Amino acid sequence: MYPYYEQDWSVLPPENNRRFNPAFNMATIRQAFTEAVERVRMPTPTRLRDLIRQIRAARTAAEERAVVNKECAYIRSTFREEDSVWRCRNIAKLLYIHMLGYPAHFGQLECLKLTASTRFTDKRIGYLGAMLLLDERQDVHLLITNCLKNDLNSSTQFVVGLALCTLGAIASPEMARDLASEVERLMKSPNTYIRKKATLCAFRVIRRVPELMEIFLPATRSLLSEKNHGILITGVTLITEMCENSADTLLHFKKDSGNREIVPNLVRILKNLILGGYSPEHDVSGVSDPFLQVKILRLLRILGHNDPDASEAMNDILAQVATNTETSKNVGNTILYETVLSIMDIRSEGGLRVLAVNILGRFLLNSDKNIRYVALNTLLRTVHADTSAVQRHRTTILECLKDPDVSIRRRAMELSFALINAQNIRTMTKELLLFLEKADAEFKAQCSSGMILAAERYSPNTRWHLDTQLSVLIAAGNYVRDDVVSSTIQLVSSSPVSEQTYITNRFWESLQVTNHCEDKQPLLQVAVWAIGEYGDLFMYGANDDEFERPTESDLIAVYHKFLTSAQVSTTSKQYALVSLAKLSTRLQQCVEEVQALITSFGSHLNVDLQQRGVEFTQLFGNYKHLRPPLLEKMPAMQISRISSQNGESSGSFDDNSPDVIENGIEGNSSGHQLIESNMNTLGDNTNILLDLLGSADLSSGVSDAAVATDLSNAVHKKNTRNANDGGGGGGTTTTNNSVVSNNQDLLDLLGLDMSTPSSGSLATDPSSAANMNNMLDGLDLGFGIMDGPPNPTNGNDLTGMLGGLGTAPAPVVAASGLLGDLNPTAASNNVAAQQQPPAPQAQPALQMTALNKNGLLVQLEPVTGNDCMQIFMTTTNSSDNTLEQYLLQAAVQKSFRLQMLTPSDSVLPPGGVITQEMRVVATSNAVLRMRLRISYELDGQQVVEQTEVSGFPEQQPSNE
Amino acid sequence: MMLFMLLFSRQGKLRLQKWYMAYPDKVKKKITRELVTTILARKPKMCSFLEWKDCKIVYKRYASLYFCCAIEQNDNELLTLEIIHRYVELLDKYFGSVCELDIIFNFEKAYFILDELLIGGEIQETSKKNVLKAIASQDLLQEDETPQSFFDDHGLG
Repeated sequence: MYPYYEQDWSVLPPENNRRFNPAFNMATIRQAFTEAVERVRMPTPTRLRDLIRQIRAARTAAEERAVVNKECAYIRSTFREEDSVWRCRNIAKLLYIHMLGYPAHFGQLECLKLTASTRFTDKRIGYLGAMLLLDERQDVHLLITNCLKNDLNSSTQFVVGLALCTLGAIASPEMARDLASEVERLMKSPNTYIRKKATLCAFRVIRRVPELMEIFLPATRSLLSEKNHGILITGVTLITEMCENSADTLLHFKKDSGNREIVPNLVRILKNLILGGYSPEHDVSGVSDPFLQVKILRLLRILGHNDPDASEAMNDILAQVATNTETSKNVGNTILYETVLSIMDIRSEGGLRVLAVNILGRFLLNSDKNIRYVALNTLLRTVHADTSAVQRHRTTILECLKDPDVSIRRRAMELSFALINAQNIRTMTKELLLFLEKADAEFKAQCSSGMILAAERYSPNTRWHLDTQLSVLIAAGNYVRDDVVSSTIQLVSSSPVSEQTYITNRFWESLQVTNHCEDKQPLLQVAVWAIGEYGDLFMYGANDDEFERPTESDLIAVYHKFLTSAQVSTTSKQYALVSLAKLSTRLQQCVEEVQALITSFGSHLNVDLQQRGVEFTQLFGNYKHLRPPLLEKMPAMQISRISSQNGESSGSFDDNSPDVIENGIEGNSSGHQLIESNMNTLGDNTNILLDLLGSADLSSGVSDAAVATDLSNAVHKKNTRNANDGGGGGGTTTTNNSVVSNNQDLLDLLGLDMSTPSSGSLATDPSSAANMNNMLDGLDLGFGIMDGPPNPTNGNDLTGMLGGLGTAPAPVVAASGLLGDLNPTAASNNVAAQQQPPAPQAQPALQMTALNKNGLLVQLEPVTGNDCMQIFMTTTNSSDNTLEQYLLQAAVQKSFRLQMLTPSDSVLPPGGVITQEMRVVATSNAVLRMRLRISYELDGQQVVEQTEVSGFPEQQPSNE
Repeated sequence: MMLFMLLFSRQGKLRLQKWYMAYPDKVKKKITRELVTTILARKPKMCSFLEWKDCKIVYKRYASLYFCCAIEQNDNELLTLEIIHRYVELLDKYFGSVCELDIIFNFEKAYFILDELLIGGEIQETSKKNVLKAIASQDLLQEDETPQSFFDDHGLG
């Protein structure tokens, strides 16, 4: 293919042809090569710059490819020939080709050969190639370790420099381990050029292998007493990394860093920088070494975090930096930005904080987009520390929502959510809705969920809340997350009847707009759910708002459109079908049309829709009498307030407690997980009920006990979807089984459900608790009769249900037996805990009083289990006042993991009790201390109590 | 810590790439492609920062070249702009009013200068003078071992 380049093969004597010669060996070949080179002087290879010129001259991509391919083939051939004279040049060319996107991995080994050469040019190009071509996923890269080791011991500083630079760029964990001691030795070198590079190498080594930190600790001692800025900045970088990495090292540095304490030392360096005279070497538009200043400010932030003494020591210098820095250029703003972050993060004085927020305010008004972005970013990080100061800039922030720049819009959106409170919710929502309508797809999901959360937390009244929910569903269309659908349904279901009628009318109106059924499926789902559920109110109830009502045939026509449209998703059709079934008991004339439509689904291609079709069809046939009671209105769902509380806790806690779960993001996301799961389960209610009914119906006509069994089967099915063992007792129970076995089933079910390992450990328990309630509801529905006093948690639901359903025949004994057994567990709301088998080494219950103040008694009861400690928190209110928005937040040391389950309630009436379970897992040996923050509203006044509890039983660290 | 630095032209051609994180080759190419298109699509008046995956992209255009760095969430974006600017100043000093062609034809020098400014994604030297001095001495070392008359034949050419 390339005769010109292959001519060298022709000079090989035929007897040396390695393909056929059995006596082939490397030495003879090499000798033949050398001879060949001697005999036919090879033409000098193309020069690097010439090649670049050739490639640039190529007018089409194909032409370029041709040039590159030709050159690559040639380079490969020289590699094969072990040509060491031109290797350097060829690798350089290959690196250029590599940058153009062509494969160059065949140069990897040649790079290694170059690095082993004695010529500096070879080494320079070789290491450059190694940094660009080596991949730590391939073992080839380990071959360079030896070379690096040799060069780290070289007497030429630049060779050592090259090796250090390469190590810093491509150190894999193996390499880091092998060469750490060399790096440590070089960190103590008297040569500043080598020392600074070695220090950053140590930084990289620690990044890759944190365990190696200790060997570098002694060498860091003297770094900060140097004058050379290179050593200072690399030293600060290394120490920052160490301190961020481990709390022990942080302590180590605070206590002892050579002769001087670290904070005063850093303060001194910083002071010299800002007050020292003009030094041309490090000056950047009037600021002395901004790079070093920023690094020091960042390290100070870490040292001063939650440390009053250290913070005290740096207050002055921070104030000085904040006031003395020139702000007309980017450099000055860079330093101010870092200073503000530090001021907000340490225990700084009030005046300093005001200064910091004012700087951010100035940033926000800056004409430079970059500065504005930074301001928004920082405000978001500090908003929890000082909300009112940030509120002052609200209009500017809202203005940023309209910015053409996506980076600024995103920051502004997040900040807007942080600023929403009860006073400004209306205006903020208006602005955010405008934003949501025009927002890019990537924002819609996040923005709509954020708005729903805010509305849930601060809505002034139900109608406004419902309207907002509807507007969000319309504005965000298909981008709405599933949790919004379920939370809307939940909200509607718990609203007063007049509001339900109102919102159903609004939903109906919104469905009339074209396209709303295709690109706004979540809206469609909620709307059909509401119309189905409240069809009677909607069509025939009081019409205070004077809506125009559709005729029944109009209504059915719309359903027909949805159910047959190809654009409507299966999920939406499921909602519509269930809704239609519900409507059949609420409409007065068009029942036959409904039946026809439902029956047509009996042969639908989608299995789920088909099943629903068949099951519902049964309700029009033999079991007609069951239809009205089965399709009764769902009981009002309880709104779970946990969502907003969790969000709050992660934000406000962060700032002022030392040992708290500090990671705001983590807190947020786990909170979110909780919300979602909660909402999902609640949303599931419909399905669970209908499933129950479906199977009950198909098998009924035998005995009532059978109905009960089937009910439990259905519940079982629902609850053990993920369980490995579907058995339990439920599946096998026969129709004539006694009450006892039914009981057993249910308990089995519960046990099974509680112990089912689930992927999101946080999410399991609230959902199982909710399931539990569902089951009870389901049972009540089936039995329809209840003996004994209603229990506190679901008494309301039960009696509500009973009002409507007192007719269904059922054995009284069964019902009372079941409920009798289940009530105690349900009442405690710590279902999961109670259902689990008692811990084998259960200790005598230890009760600790965390708080006893103003009639509020908070007690903790720790129970040590196998791998985690459960702590049951019981709050009793013996005062005469009702405490609202009761919220308990807890924090433990970093060596523990804390998981808080849903509290049983958020309102404490006089004499009321709230229970909550926490789980603590130890990750290392330490004595558990727990800090508690209890907040509630008393007569509209926010009250916050803080307390610390210790003396928990010892706990073995888990082996994770 | 800086995760990587890319230099590319207004036409989207890559001129320099420095990776401080170990990504497989395929991923590198994908990241480069994505970033080049995203950044080229942004209007000149927009801010220099971009939130991308779990890192932040800081970019700035100098004449026909885009300098683009990826940094971690906690890093100072404004300082990264200063680092980019420092690098440009160094290139400018070294080449004498640098232009894109200088970087294309002397890409290895551009790498060498960057390697004297940053190691492992962190800044190692804040004095321009020291960086240039180190580069000059190494260039000298290279010239010493390949006498000038031979340079054309034996060096990179």
